[in-house]
Order: sequence, then C-alpha cells, then structure tokens
Amino acid sequence: MHTKTIAQLAAGLRNGDFSSEELTRAYLQRVARHDDTLNSFITVSEAEALQQARLADQRLKAGDGTTLTGIPVAQKDIFCTNGVLTTCGSRMLENFVAPYNATVIDKFNAAGAVMLGKTNMDEFAMGSSNETSYYGPVRNPWNTDTVPGGSSGGSAAAVAARLVPAASGTDTGGSIRQPAALCGITGLKPTYGRVSRYGMIAFASSLDQGGPLAQTAEDAAILLNTMAGFDSHDSTSIDEVVPDYTATLNDAIKGLKIGLPKEYFDEGLDAEVGKVVEAAIDEYKKLGAEIVDISLPNTHLAVPAYYVVAPAECSSNLSRFDGVRFGHRCEAPIDLEDLYKRSRGEGFGPEVKRRIMIGTYALSAGYYDAYYLKAQKVRRLISEDFKQAFEQVDVIMGPTSPSVAFKLGEKKDDPITMYLSDIYTIAVNLAGLPGMSIPAGFVNGMPVGLQIIGSYFNEARLLNVAHQYQQVTDWHTRAPTGFE
Amino acid sequence: MSLDKTQVEKIAHLARLQIDPADVPEYATNLSNILDLVAQMEAVATEGVDPMAHPTEAVQRLREDRVTETDQRDHFQAIAPQVENGLYLVPKVIE
Repeated sequence: MHTKTIAQLAAGLRNGDFSSEELTRAYLQRVARHDDTLNSFITVSEAEALQQARLADQRLKAGDGTTLTGIPVAQKDIFCTNGVLTTCGSRMLENFVAPYNATVIDKFNAAGAVMLGKTNMDEFAMGSSNETSYYGPVRNPWNTDTVPGGSSGGSAAAVAARLVPAASGTDTGGSIRQPAALCGITGLKPTYGRVSRYGMIAFASSLDQGGPLAQTAEDAAILLNTMAGFDSHDSTSIDEVVPDYTATLNDAIKGLKIGLPKEYFDEGLDAEVGKVVEAAIDEYKKLGAEIVDISLPNTHLAVPAYYVVAPAECSSNLSRFDGVRFGHRCEAPIDLEDLYKRSRGEGFGPEVKRRIMIGTYALSAGYYDAYYLKAQKVRRLISEDFKQAFEQVDVIMGPTSPSVAFKLGEKKDDPITMYLSDIYTIAVNLAGLPGMSIPAGFVNGMPVGLQIIGSYFNEARLLNVAHQYQQVTDWHTRAPTGFE
Repeated sequence: MSLDKTQVEKIAHLARLQIDPADVPEYATNLSNILDLVAQMEAVATEGVDPMAHPTEAVQRLREDRVTETDQRDHFQAIAPQVENGLYLVPKVIE
C-alpha cells in the first residue's frame, strides 16, 4: 500500500479497498517503525490524524470528498497548526502550540487530507542539509550516513522512504527542490505569491514560497490544486486564476523549447551528475523537444546577492522573537535588554545567529547602500537574465544540485561550502519564478534531480513537462531499500 | 572584508543576541567569510539599475478601513511566558 501514489490511493479509497482510517494507521505504523532511523518527524499527531481519517471516511461515504480526502500528508513544521506544536526546527519555539492555522493548513483540512504530523527542518528554514535543526539531523533514506538536503529535509526523507504519500515544504533558496533532488522525489516551488504565506513562519519574505513534495508530478499537481490561490491574509498573495493543474498533464510536449544555460554545466558541477542530467535531456529530445543553448550571465551573482537579501529580511522578521509574547524566555532576566539578549541567545542556534548578524550588519547605518541596495540591483540583473531567456524558450533545464547527497557533518562547520550547494536553485527565488526538481537517475546509488524552471505562473506547464518524462522513465518509482 | 571581535560584539548587541565570548572569534571568521562572498557583487556595474524589492512588482493592496479581527486576547496569551490581568509581564523598565 505504501508505494502507491496519491492518485492510486484516492482510487483505492473510492473502490472501498481500504478506509482512510486503515490507510492512516498503516502509515502511522510505518512512521513508528522507521522514523527512529530517519528523524523526519518532529511531531506525530496520531490522535488528530485518526480523528481526521474517520471524518474523511464519512465524507467519502457521503460522496462529497476531493482527491485529497482521506489521504495522509505531513506538514513541514514551519506551517502553524492550531493546537499542534509548531517548532520551526528551533529551540525558540520548543513550546509553541500555534493558536491558529496557516492558510495552507486550512486548505488541506478543507480538502479532507489527514495530517500525520509535522516534519523536521533546518532551524527557521536556514540550511541545506537539515543539520541546523534543534531536533537533530534528518538522515537520507538512500544512505543514512548522508544528509537529505534542506531545509525541507524531513518532508523529503519521509516521502522518499514512503512514510507518507506527500508533504508540504517551503523554498526560500532551494529548500523544496534541493532535498527533493537529494532524496529522489518530485518537488515544486511555485511562483512567488501563488501559495499563501499566511501562518508560514517567515524567513525571507520576498523569497519564501510554499509548495508540495511527492512521488510524482501528477501528485504534485493534485497537491498544488489545493495549496494554490489568492489569500487576503497575505499581502503579497497574487490574485490570479488557479487552473486545474491535473488537466494539462497529458498534453504532448513535441516542439517544446528547452533552454540549457551554459552556466549550469560549468566546472562547479559534479561530472557524474552532469551525465545523468544530460541523459534526461536526451529523453526529452526523444519526446520531441528542441534544445536551445542559452546563457544566464549573472548566475554567479545569485549566491552573493541572496546572502544579503535573505539575511537582511531574516534579521527583521526574527526580531519578533523577543521572549515576551510567545516562545522561549530565559530564566530570571535582570532587565529588558537581558531578557531579549538571553532569550534570543539561548533560543537560536549558530546558523540563525550568523544570518541575523549578517542581516543586521547589512542594514545598519552607513552600510545599507553598499549591501542591501546593491543586492537588490543585482537581483534585478538576475531576473532580467531569465526574462530574456524566456523570450527564446518555454522552460529551462539543468541540475538541481551540483552533487548528490553529501555526508552528515561534511559541510556543517563551513557555511560558505554549504551555501554553494544551492548555486542552481537560488536565482529562481530571487527572480520569483516557479521551479521543479524531478528524479532523473542515480550516481553511486544516490538520486540525482533534474531542475525545470518556468516563467511566472507556468506551474501547469512545468507539471506537464515533468509528467511526460515520468511516463517514459521509472526513476520516480524507485524507493530506497530497508524501509519495506 | 574582515570583521574584528569588537565589531562582532557590536553587531550582536544591535541584534539583541547574547553570544558566548568564547564563540566570538569563530563568528568573526564565519561572518567575514560570508562578507567576502557577498563582496563579489562589487565587481558588477549597477549604475542606473532599478533595485528589485519584489519579484513581480506587486504593490501593497488596500482594503476598506473596518474592523475585521475579533478579540482573542485570552487565546493568544495562553502561550505567553508571563501574563497578568491581560498584560504581558517584562522586567521593570523604569526605576
């Protein structure tokens, strides 16, 4: 049962092959059996899940369910869940039982999905390996000595090991696509503004975007149908029609123009990973796609610009954690400054502190123009690169990550090396474009992701392009051994 | 760009972060390395380029000025570290 996709499980529920309660119990058992190894969940909400499953069974019986009714899902622990612990991977929120639901959670609830629990993540989504979590690192199910990627590492590892059919993630610089690639699953970061950020704990507000992680593009389409849409609670939500993302999955892609940016295949890319990506491109050629060589000349500036914009926004967003209204508070503060400093000093881990300090420095008097304003100008240049490219091509393809999953601890103490594992994903966030990662093969038994980037609001096209590849390949059906 | 111990301490103060004095040298090294990475931007001419604050150039939406929120003080204060009579308690600010 656990190898089935959402589409297959939804059919099974309707055929009466199993009930949602049976399905939910089966997945909860898998979590209980395997998650000591993976550490992909911070909270398992068993009682709530079984209650939601029973309600879903009633809805299905009455015949008014959606495709997601009765389907178990996991939510990244960055989404506020009313009455359920929401830690954001931080000690700061170790005791934070959210008093309201994120819009994404409300939407999953309205669709009748069953939440198994909250998944592990890098602290405040700052990390590319899931090692900055206060709740311990997540392990990659393909090789438990390696990282699952981050920051949505718990979601990716749980879906890859088939502990849950699908999960939510968020992507500020690659945090859906990179872990999807490293864990061999399908992940989609939608256009900025497509999915509501309300109740999604903010890291860098002009970059953050929620999206789905699943086995297949078809499942990602089903999930995005529920997650996307305008929300008046999010001031940057965009009021744009949400198409049925499943309706165009089977469109032919003959004549599709695929741009290959030369900067994504240079010396920074592992040669074996490059071969796998090229083989995937060849598959697209067989499907009738046309390959166009393009250039995104400012690619090398994406990481530098990001490490001003994201920390600047993070230092501002994370100033709300003050030990006064919610979250961690230090013992016996002697005055207000001591209360702030010790609550924050104890509540945040080293990577979060580094980014808050970089942001504080970049925004401090006398440095604003040299850092933040400069980065915003460079951001414009990066965005213009994509605009010009999309005048020539329909989608852009390349590797999601420069290498396969690395060893736990390998990059943990070297922030710069860690940051460079996002060289191919960060520019997409700066431009606000949609991007996907799909399984494209293996190097030494470890999964490789193919990244597909589209123009604004072209999620349907990306899902279609990904789905067509998954009709002629079976990489997305491969699951790690040891989690039967 | 290299930050010294004093600068790191000042930034930590501005950010209201307590840093263990033993960790300051490591922060100084890491933050300096990050600023070196960021400095790659300096090589690019950006005169006349419009700064980009928002990916799709959207502007702030306006809405009618009316009350949309209900009073949920007790609900929200249930998760506060210390409250009394509906007020958040902090250490004495004025002597």
